[in-house]
Amino acid sequence: MTSTDQTLPEGIQAQNRTIVVDELARVEGEGALDVKVEGGVITNIKFRIVEPPRFFEALLRGRMYSDAPDVTARICGICPIAYMLGAINAMEDAFDIVPPAPIKRLRRLIYCGEWIESHVLHSAMLHAPDFLGLADAFLIAKVNPDLVKTALRLKKLGNTILEVVGGRAVHPVNLKVGGFYRTPRKADIKGLESELEWAIGASVELLDAFAGFDYPDFEQDYLCVSMRHPDEYAIQEGNLVSSRGLDIRVADFPKHFYEEHVEHSNALHGRTREGEPYLVGPIARYNNNFEQLSPYAQEMAAKVGLPRIVKNPYQSILVRMVETLYVCEEALAIVREYEEPTAPSVEVDIHAGAGAGAGGDGSAARHLLAPLQPQRHRPHPQRHHRAADGPEPAADRGRPARCRAGQPRPR
Amino acid sequence: MLIIGVGHPMRGDDAAGPIAAERLADRGLDAIVLDGEGARLIHAWEGRDQIVVIDAADGGGPPGTVHVIDAAKEALSSGRFHYSSHAFGLAEAVETSRALGDLPPNFTIYAITGADFTLGKSLSPDVAAAVERVVERIAESAEKAEMP
Repeated sequence: MTSTDQTLPEGIQAQNRTIVVDELARVEGEGALDVKVEGGVITNIKFRIVEPPRFFEALLRGRMYSDAPDVTARICGICPIAYMLGAINAMEDAFDIVPPAPIKRLRRLIYCGEWIESHVLHSAMLHAPDFLGLADAFLIAKVNPDLVKTALRLKKLGNTILEVVGGRAVHPVNLKVGGFYRTPRKADIKGLESELEWAIGASVELLDAFAGFDYPDFEQDYLCVSMRHPDEYAIQEGNLVSSRGLDIRVADFPKHFYEEHVEHSNALHGRTREGEPYLVGPIARYNNNFEQLSPYAQEMAAKVGLPRIVKNPYQSILVRMVETLYVCEEALAIVREYEEPTAPSVEVDIHAGAGAGAGGDGSAARHLLAPLQPQRHRPHPQRHHRAADGPEPAADRGRPARCRAGQPRPR
Repeated sequence: MLIIGVGHPMRGDDAAGPIAAERLADRGLDAIVLDGEGARLIHAWEGRDQIVVIDAADGGGPPGTVHVIDAAKEALSSGRFHYSSHAFGLAEAVETSRALGDLPPNFTIYAITGADFTLGKSLSPDVAAAVERVVERIAESAEKAEMP
């Protein structure tokens, strides 16, 4: 990677320097960064993930298909739903299951909860202090206590949604292939309504507050890759699309993208088959699917000056809040229409097969989970009631993918 | 009184908090285990009068050393407690609550110096002994508090 010296702070211009940051602050997990500057030009940047691989692929092999969501949930304690639904989507793809609309809506609701808690934690507690030049995250509570109170209450709402739908806030236990173990009671879901009504205004408050920050003048023409769904802003399912017109099934991810190990890092590096780096996450989703946001979210985005195509990575904090606003509206709509489904899940007809599934993570740096791809498996008709004959996940995930810039860690 | 054991139960000495909390819960005390994510900690102690936190710490003497911190009086510095993997951990949560004027008035932290935080390891002997001491001490003070 190279850069002109205009982008470098004055002190480093026209110098030869090596900057080593052994611990990146206010990111989750352990990351490090080496920057080499020669004659004022950045000649090499190494982003190192130092945490060891966790081998989730190996953990999944040979296990019951039904274990996949709960095992992969352990990849991260902040964003388990992305991993659980990625795994569930893959298994359901392999078993040709199409869950009925009420189950899909409940899944979308719990995903909204995850986005709320994950986006708000990231924006208010980790990202905002950078704009304010604060050395410690807690100092923002001194500078702007109302903002922090609002953020904490929003985050709590996200956790509550996870508890109500998923059974608990960390590593929820109620999701399974085919649906849910238990249907959330109507009264419990309706209990979320008034707080969600408050949350819409609260998201706008945070968005407005963050819009007042000074944004460095920096733009990059990213290749944006995200999920897209024909009927809604893609959260829990969809095809993979790019800002240059790619539109593929999740299962075809390996045909168009590759991930490779590099010596200096334990996180794989992803590129297109043409060798180009690409952007995933909130900005990519926003750029690719802006028209599917609610009219109000679109209006608020315009009001704070977000362009239709965001190219400034610093503005990710604003995009996160626009998405937070959107998922609060979406969650409220789901809560209002909720009726207890007749059955918490659909029957799973276990058979050998291959499937792929993806999940869109809220705030994690990886954001778009590589497909979990069960391998075709030799069927044993006489034992086909056993899940061991079901898909064997050669899961393409759970490597030290950074979770919000860090190897996700189950705490 | 709410007792919060902070840490990961399967990462070596980081399990000190969770194990101590479970022991105290077995004795009928109000004790929970949390992973150390700051916002969840704040929500847990919101509106409470008395909080006791047990967490593994980095440094501060040989493994098994127990520091008792009166957080209501003493400011905490980040980096003291092991693995605030979300970068918004126990110290940040306490200081955020303090800045918001919401820190419970009685707030004690038992920081146990750990030796080995490797995933999959169990408590090292010095830390296991320290956990026993801390459990006895907290149980004792809880008993005293209950006496008329």
